[in-house]
Amino acid sequence: MSEKCYVARSSKIAARMMGDEMMIMLAPESTLFTLNEVASVIFKAADGATPLDEIVAERVCSEFDIEFEVALKDAEHMVKELAGHGVLIVSDKPTTQSRAFAQVAR
Amino acid sequence: MASLTTVSAAAEVVIDIGGFPIRLSTDDPAFVAMLKERYAGFVTSGTPAQIEFDVVLAPADSMLGNGDVRVEREAGQWSMGRGDFEAGWNPGAARGIIRQSANPYSLNSVLRIVHTLLLAEQGGFLVHASSAVRDGRAFLFAGVSGAGKTTMARLAPPDATLLTDEISYVSRQEDGYHAYGTPFAGDLGRLGENMRAPLAALYLLTKGTENKVEPVSASEASRALLENILCFAQDSGVVRSIFEAACDFVCRVPIRRLTFAPDARVWEMIS
Repeated sequence: MSEKCYVARSSKIAARMMGDEMMIMLAPESTLFTLNEVASVIFKAADGATPLDEIVAERVCSEFDIEFEVALKDAEHMVKELAGHGVLIVSDKPTTQSRAFAQVAR
Repeated sequence: MASLTTVSAAAEVVIDIGGFPIRLSTDDPAFVAMLKERYAGFVTSGTPAQIEFDVVLAPADSMLGNGDVRVEREAGQWSMGRGDFEAGWNPGAARGIIRQSANPYSLNSVLRIVHTLLLAEQGGFLVHASSAVRDGRAFLFAGVSGAGKTTMARLAPPDATLLTDEISYVSRQEDGYHAYGTPFAGDLGRLGENMRAPLAALYLLTKGTENKVEPVSASEASRALLENILCFAQDSGVVRSIFEAACDFVCRVPIRRLTFAPDARVWEMIS
């Protein structure tokens, strides 16, 4: 993964915060994903405009007791896996793909 | 997709499930008579139908096999099929056509599919659950095959009214969620009562050695509910609607885990 990578939520999903977990439905396959609290923070911050390392530094490390390098490695792994399923879109340039989804990922 | 032609209807019947009267017209009075008997309690007269289907009956040997259900939307029209039926439905025109042999099972499948699509538009769903009304409130008991849906229906006290032992009908209305009776019967082999009641709670069934009720987290409730909701359509819009409906339901209706031994005292814990 490049040093600066930008992550956006796909337009093919519906997502909802239930308790402290993010539920994500990938349509039309009806595949359900559940993210834990930390992953949910990254998912919600994935606006396509903020670099992943910035999300990790400012949203994850500031809220959870975890070292930046460890958190970034975990975040990259999570992003790669979700991108493989089409839930997230990874780019080396900023995108605006997921703005319309901000209200859904509440 | 089946073309939307009409048949010269010799007989017709209106089947009202969940407040959606559907008229079925065919040229075979014997088939309609069979439907009237099978859906007794859900057959209405004098109620304007919201959807009209022409049923074209084909020879049984021309509609063979089961296979996977296919439900697709193209240019605003639905087409659905399995080995034993083909159907098309134009929601804008409120008309459709079903091609099948003269058996009630294929039609039952079409009705289930159509109702999942109708409900998805208004925030409701069909769910694998038995349900019953007690003291004016409806209770759902959800689970996969073998979880105990029919057993809970069998154990229901005399003052409980059965809505279904297999497929529950959940409709979202202005004042909250309501459960309707359905003719979609399971092992009990008995149709539910054609009535509705506000939904009080949904229980996720687990068989055990004792009766107990436990809370479940919102995420666990959402996952379990989604696993039990019927969704036939490979359609992004419908999948999204059902997902949103399930999440909304979990936020508004109490959902608990019910572990139960097959003994009627379990109903003392239902409230």
